[in-house]
Amino acid sequence: MSLRDNPLGELRVPLTWTAGIVFVVVLIASVAILLSDRREAFDTDEYGNPRTMTDKVLAPVGDALSTPGRLTGQGVEGIRGYFFAVSENRRLKAELDNARQWRDVAIALRDTNERYRQILGLKTDPPIPMATARIVTDSRGPFANSRLANVGREAGVRPGNPVMSENGLVGRVVGVTDGASRVLMLTDVASRTPVMIDRTNARAILTGDGGPNPKLDYLRGVNAVKSGDRVLTSGDGGVFPRGLPVGVAVKGLDGRWRVVLASDKAPVDYVRILLFEDFTQIVNRAALDKAQVPPPTPGASTLPPPAPPAPKAAAAPPAPKTATPPAGSAGAPPATAAATPAPKAPATKAPAPRPGAEPE
Amino acid sequence: MSGGGARPLAPWRWLGLPMLAVMAATILFALPMRFNGYGLPEPIFALPVAFAWAVIRPSMLGPVCVMLLGLFLDMLWGAPTGFWAVCLLLPYGIVLGGRTMLQGQSQLMMIIWYVGATMLTIGAGYLLTMLDTRNAPDPLTVLWQFLATIVLYPFANQLIERFEDADVRFR
Repeated sequence: MSLRDNPLGELRVPLTWTAGIVFVVVLIASVAILLSDRREAFDTDEYGNPRTMTDKVLAPVGDALSTPGRLTGQGVEGIRGYFFAVSENRRLKAELDNARQWRDVAIALRDTNERYRQILGLKTDPPIPMATARIVTDSRGPFANSRLANVGREAGVRPGNPVMSENGLVGRVVGVTDGASRVLMLTDVASRTPVMIDRTNARAILTGDGGPNPKLDYLRGVNAVKSGDRVLTSGDGGVFPRGLPVGVAVKGLDGRWRVVLASDKAPVDYVRILLFEDFTQIVNRAALDKAQVPPPTPGASTLPPPAPPAPKAAAAPPAPKTATPPAGSAGAPPATAAATPAPKAPATKAPAPRPGAEPE
Repeated sequence: MSGGGARPLAPWRWLGLPMLAVMAATILFALPMRFNGYGLPEPIFALPVAFAWAVIRPSMLGPVCVMLLGLFLDMLWGAPTGFWAVCLLLPYGIVLGGRTMLQGQSQLMMIIWYVGATMLTIGAGYLLTMLDTRNAPDPLTVLWQFLATIVLYPFANQLIERFEDADVRFR
């Protein structure tokens, strides 16, 4: 049957109207997609399949396309190095002399620190393993600041891992796939980083706004910061390790404290992804909940006496009596004997006695 | 192009090829390159194309292509999915609605409309970002992207001049 024979063949719908209807449908679909995408997913592994696939495709494409630019830059740098070798040599010699003095100071300080740690029994952070990556794409607009690195799940990268350049903190990983990781920059409008002022130990939240210098929000303390103060990660919340260099505090044109990022000193082409796991990631919460509370130290005055339930009030008084006598040859066995039943009660009813004790 | 007006306009010519060109240009500008310590600007290459598509003729494929371009930008730039699709569809719809007013207007009036479309796109982006993150983007960076997009008007004009009269039904 030809089109001319079709009874609907003569039906003509105005194109303007149909285009308008399609536009409305597409707009509604786009709004629905936007509403279903939540930036809160940055904190989880729910990066999304479309993004994962796109990143997987974009990483090698960006890597290949950026190669000529990278090689040209290295060539230009080589030529510049050749022509400015003498002045560079002088500068490096001066820097080396200075560094030698600091090396001696550092060795002395390291020895002192080790002694203090041994005396105090201080448990320091373990070394953090790293993965080196190259940045292959870079978005730097006002509404999104993120970069794609060419190392992913195969190197052990996980969402939340901090990312550093040779100069300082760059951001953190928000999405991982095989061979690619999406890095949310400190300057992104959705980025929030707990930081501290090195000089005063004052805490603040570094808030990105799409510009080159993120803001210091929720700055606590009077005169907590002055221009030129070093800003480091505070480690609060466990997302970043403590003490990573972030930048230098400056007063912005808008009168707010901002940070000139240390990573801006040089192009961020190679980065180190710290395979850092914070306490909340390492800890086995289920095992912690099941763990028995250790017995109270005999004779310790800081621990409150266990508050037994009312029906067992008669059995409770002997416990402090056995614990309070001064430690003697005969006192030790009763103390442990009295302490052994104590953990059993808090182990099952550990949260219960505490709220009961607080009102007292 | 003589005789070309007698045929319906093939979608791949005025929709497909510009879309690919926009994707290529956006990827090129997303490469991590610096010149004298300064990074490349980040213009919205998709905007002149979306503006031109709305001016050239109403089409059922047009909004779909605009949405696809927006989703591509979201994936490449790391914005929330649907963000750029909405930001680009809004000026597309406005220009499509005012298409009859734009017909036969001077070049200056076209530029004013294009500037208005850019303001609408970036304004929508600003508002959506504020709602999403409860944080206002830096106005200077927004202005920088606005200016970088404004200077792309010649590309929109070129696309309009090439295809505006290509389909006799919409002359």
